[in-house]
Amino acid sequence: MAAAVSIVDVVKHFGALRALAGVSLEIGEGEFFGLLGPNGAGKTTLISALAGLVRADSGALKVLGHDVVKDFRQARRLLGVVPQELVFDPFFNVRETLRIQSGYFGIRHNDDWIDEILANLDLTSKADVNMRRLSGGMKRRVLVAQALVHKPPVIVLDEPTAGVDVELRQGLWQFIRRLNGEGHTIILTTHYLEEAEALCNRIALMKQGRVIALDTTANLMAAHPGASLEEVFVRTMQQ
Amino acid sequence: MIGFLTLFEKEFLRFWKVSFQTVAAPVLTALLYLLIFGHVLDDHVQVHGVRYTSFLIPGLVMMQVLQNAFANSSSSLIQAKITGSIVFVLLPPIPYSAFFAAYVLAAIVRGLLVGVGVLLATVWFAELKVVAPLWILAFTLFGGGLFAALGIIAGIWSEKFDQLAAFQNFLIMPLTMLSGVFYSIHSLPAFWQGVSHYNPVFYMIDGFRYGFFGVSDVAPEHCLLVVVCCFAIVSLLTLNLLKRGWKLRA
Repeated sequence: MAAAVSIVDVVKHFGALRALAGVSLEIGEGEFFGLLGPNGAGKTTLISALAGLVRADSGALKVLGHDVVKDFRQARRLLGVVPQELVFDPFFNVRETLRIQSGYFGIRHNDDWIDEILANLDLTSKADVNMRRLSGGMKRRVLVAQALVHKPPVIVLDEPTAGVDVELRQGLWQFIRRLNGEGHTIILTTHYLEEAEALCNRIALMKQGRVIALDTTANLMAAHPGASLEEVFVRTMQQ
Repeated sequence: MIGFLTLFEKEFLRFWKVSFQTVAAPVLTALLYLLIFGHVLDDHVQVHGVRYTSFLIPGLVMMQVLQNAFANSSSSLIQAKITGSIVFVLLPPIPYSAFFAAYVLAAIVRGLLVGVGVLLATVWFAELKVVAPLWILAFTLFGGGLFAALGIIAGIWSEKFDQLAAFQNFLIMPLTMLSGVFYSIHSLPAFWQGVSHYNPVFYMIDGFRYGFFGVSDVAPEHCLLVVVCCFAIVSLLTLNLLKRGWKLRA
């Protein structure tokens, strides 16, 4: 299996804080990969380094073989990131937001795909509503839509269901599963471990800037017979 | 190219959607300056053989072009940084040169619109002719571009709105107000005339005014050379900061 994402010995400091302490990971094309860990484990820093928002002190990160520093334009074109924070541009409505995001990736006349995303995320009725007037859950859906607007083969979801109601979560996961089924690689960070257990084929557990466990979900669970992923997570973190 | 055009379009729409605040308000401010200063001084002062109100109008136009070009890029960036929406332009594969060009061009367009608005609102109050339109255009573009680039630096450097306000109030405002908008530097004591020559905005106002009256304190070629050099230096600095991801990419 070719590597959708390759991370080799990545180190990142913020002043005296060592956020990433030599992380190495390889995620195959078409995987549904879970990146789990407590707050401050380094998950978001790792994702930010992959997306070019943070520059690693050392090590290398590649998206489908393209280095995120040396070949950043191609690497970014192949990556869609749903950021953790609920951010939006208050000057535009939902459709304008998605058209603008398409344009940033060099795509004009993308309305067919935008309509499909809007329908799948149950946003069609909100297409002409200003971002300021959407609820938190709706804004979260628009963030997901923005990440998908250029049909990236690798999709990173950084806690996409935080503050989102159950119905939307189910709709969102159905859509993401479909994309995964069509060959998109999905990287998910979440604190809802039951979601990770149900969705991810493989999981990395991070603690204090390091990967402390990396295996298929089935193998992780098999090592702790009868335990839920949440129990596996707690036991691994305590080791 | 599409990335650049989209970012430019987005920056244009950002101020155009609130044009009452971003275009109409500065036009009104300039009009008030003209009414007050013109009313008090028009009967008493002539500069370069021109009535004071006529002399004042080009200075007010250029002052608003510069201040609004600065305001556009700086406010857009700091707002995006504080709300976090800056991530939407950092994630896509937009080259830093396209990023620079889009912000600068949109800021120049806002400056131009405000400048034209000020001209249309004030031209009724005084006799105004256009002697050299190309000089007017050249100083508008390079002056607006210089302040737009300064706005990018200020917007990226500032982490809070009050830091940006300090940049605006303690650097941009004095540079523009003390540049000869309201007076000819020949009316100043020798020391302050000398100091004025170190203010690049003086050359923008003076050269811009030459386009209307055909007379200026300094030769327009000299003015343009100073303005173009300043624009080139600030642009190269801004491009370098963007390339390094200064304060944008941790």
